[in-house]
Amino acid sequence: MEYLEERDLDYIAIGAAVLGAGGGGDPYVGKLMAKAAIRKHGKVPLIKVDDLTDEQLIIPSAMMGAPAVMLEKLPNGGEPEAAFRALETHLGKKADAVMSIEAGGINSCIPIYTAACLGLPIVDADSMGRAFPELPMTTFGVAGLPATPMVVCDEKGNKLLIETVSNDWSETLARTATIAMGLASMISIYCVTGKELKDYGVRGTISLAREIGRIILEAHALKESPIQSILELTNGFLLFEGKIMDVQRNLTSGFVRGSVMIEGIESDKGSSFEMQFQNENLVGWKNGKPAAMTPDLITVMDRETGNPITTENLKYGQRVMVIGMPCDPFWRTDAGIAQVGPRYFAYDLDYVPIEKLAQAKEQG
Amino acid sequence: MHYRLGIDVGGTNTDAVIMDIEHAVIAKCKEATTLDVSTGIKNAVAHVLRTSGIDPSLIKHAMLGTTHATNAVIERKGLLKVGVIRLSSPSGHGIPPFMEWPEDMMDAIASSYVIVKGGYEYNGALISAPDRDEIRGALVQLKMKGIESLAVSCAFAPVNSEQEELVQELAQEILGPEFPVTLSHLIGSIGLVERENAAILNAAIRKLAETAYGSFQNILLDHGIDADLFITQNDGTLMSIDYAKQFPVLTIASGPTNSLRGAAFLSRKLEAIVIDVGGTTTDVGVLRKGFPRESTAAAEVGGVRTNFRMPDLITLGLGGGSLVREHNDAVRIGPQSVGYRIHTEALIFGGSTVTATDIAVAAGIAPPLGDSTLTSGIPSAVVKRGVAEIQAMIEKLIDKMKTSSEDVTVIVVGGGSILVPDRLKGASEVIKPEHFEVANAIGAAIAQVSGSVDGVYDVSTLGREAVIAMVKDAAADEAVKAGADPASVEVVEIEEIPLAYLPSNAVRFRVKAVGNIK
Repeated sequence: MEYLEERDLDYIAIGAAVLGAGGGGDPYVGKLMAKAAIRKHGKVPLIKVDDLTDEQLIIPSAMMGAPAVMLEKLPNGGEPEAAFRALETHLGKKADAVMSIEAGGINSCIPIYTAACLGLPIVDADSMGRAFPELPMTTFGVAGLPATPMVVCDEKGNKLLIETVSNDWSETLARTATIAMGLASMISIYCVTGKELKDYGVRGTISLAREIGRIILEAHALKESPIQSILELTNGFLLFEGKIMDVQRNLTSGFVRGSVMIEGIESDKGSSFEMQFQNENLVGWKNGKPAAMTPDLITVMDRETGNPITTENLKYGQRVMVIGMPCDPFWRTDAGIAQVGPRYFAYDLDYVPIEKLAQAKEQG
Repeated sequence: MHYRLGIDVGGTNTDAVIMDIEHAVIAKCKEATTLDVSTGIKNAVAHVLRTSGIDPSLIKHAMLGTTHATNAVIERKGLLKVGVIRLSSPSGHGIPPFMEWPEDMMDAIASSYVIVKGGYEYNGALISAPDRDEIRGALVQLKMKGIESLAVSCAFAPVNSEQEELVQELAQEILGPEFPVTLSHLIGSIGLVERENAAILNAAIRKLAETAYGSFQNILLDHGIDADLFITQNDGTLMSIDYAKQFPVLTIASGPTNSLRGAAFLSRKLEAIVIDVGGTTTDVGVLRKGFPRESTAAAEVGGVRTNFRMPDLITLGLGGGSLVREHNDAVRIGPQSVGYRIHTEALIFGGSTVTATDIAVAAGIAPPLGDSTLTSGIPSAVVKRGVAEIQAMIEKLIDKMKTSSEDVTVIVVGGGSILVPDRLKGASEVIKPEHFEVANAIGAAIAQVSGSVDGVYDVSTLGREAVIAMVKDAAADEAVKAGADPASVEVVEIEEIPLAYLPSNAVRFRVKAVGNIK
């Protein structure tokens, strides 16, 4: 049996920020909680999807709302367990394992905290393989599985059980509750059977985040660049190398949309890159042509350290590398593209996989 | 005529300058930094006064940039036992104070804490109401543990400071009116863990700061200087010495900032790249609107995570004392250096080590220095390649730091400036201002005072424009409170960050205003 230890959380947190594709929030708070819980309750068993029987019950645990708020109003620590137990009570069943719905950002670490507190194993999988902003944007949701029953819980002990007619309603109602709770909540959602997880989950994403993080931290120690090793591990592409010239942000329909202009250096000297984001990085344009687009992952990394930079932390003057990584094949189905493809985010673009865009670029 | 005295304590040298009210340099000196720091300051003050020949009583302002606080934190010396009260319950128990602190640091300050009811939501609503009796109980508990200094933190204290102030009031009742209390909202911005960490560090170094700054006051009085005293902080602005005694943690890492500000002043440029060449290393930073561009990385101080805004610097192992070696056909410069021993070890000073300075002198780049004939033994090919290598190293740094494809102004300061050629790729001009070798002490002498505001605001009710006007006024008020002349105050920085993942209009603003000393 494999276990997650305190040291693994340092790796997972940084790897999850890479998989966050600019979003998902800084994993820092989740990492601190998970490390403290492992210190207190012991190591967390990390099990594979195939270790589960088809009938077993798995409940994902996550935070919802603005991760930036959680940097100030720190969690009580009891919320994830309370949400989890309330959902078990409602279902009249005990869960066999915890999982993550979102491999990118802070939600990589919260379920590990929950698992440590509950003494349950965590499954090496999630339902995005990255970060996305809305509850329906999971492989489970695309497969037609309901997000509810779900429980939303705050640090004061308020709990809300939600049952809805669609996943879009789950998003609307849970987010409204989260705003009333002070912009951040803990949720239990998308309970699945072992069979459903085997059919629709994105596998191996905790160990992937851990491996990416290990590469970055080991490269730090040697003062080397981790980028090449990360690209090999993720089948990714170096999209651009440059300096941030301008960052624009505005609030449209509530979510933060924005763009960042990058001017090329080294091999990209003379070229420019524009990245557009809405919480996550959505479309990257090199010299006016798309170089990568959602649902493929686009991540901006500090050129010197290889540390991922979230969209909230993009700043004028940063020297960066932009990398692109292919998303889970499930997202590339028609249903997946309809849910998270460029048109969903109002871009007049047909989805083209990143490897095809890279190939086209090579052929000039 | 009135004068001001600027002093900067660096790793190797303690520099001092005396300037008049027109900001002309009257006298300058460099003295070796001493282990106790204060002796070096004393030597520098005596030296610069002697050189200037002015009447010490005419010095009306004295500014000090010093490493006392940094050294204490790094060496864990002279620290007080700290107790923490955090107002946040029921939130916050998931991440108690002192998480991920180095163990030797926790031992040094005998870390104890209590989390009590209180704290605010982002919009100022209560998480829970503070309970005076609970707070009194917590204070008694910490008193029994023998704490010597108190740090107070509160969720969203930057939005509302009332609860932290309530704890201060009760602490005076229970721990005594003179007991040192540090409130987190006066130290840092959004990010409870980092702000609380900074408040704890501050609480731990209050006594030694009081002693160090007190000794600075005495040194000046001993020399007949009865001036308003200021200490420089890491954003390049000043704190009055009484304020600095309460908030010494804000002085950490002020050195590079002083040098960048000094470069801006000496060259009269507000937008430029500054290259500060010392004996062993070169720091390259960027001036925007006359202030250092800040790094976005979380700053660790003595292994403790804080959210101080440090200047965005790249440091390279190139300095006046860097060793020059041949390696196959290439010539390598640094990173090893003879450091402060350059005055005995470099060829031009009669030593036997080939340093970067010798190469610069042999190539005729540097002004006449030492005995240039002593460099005749260096093969001309080595001189040529060495000069080319130094130039390439610097040009690479300029390219890394530059944000525009257009050429930029480059300002060169520091004792090792003689290494830098007058023309550089990427530079529209290379300025080596007069007094470049004491730019950091000048940066301290000309520093202004600042005020800042950082909080999350709902722009939907008041409207964005009204919120911006409000936060600008608040920052300007803070600057005036810190001692700025109201007529000179201007807002130099305004950052607007809409919070991600919420269909609301919550926007974080950080604003900074600066002004001249009254």
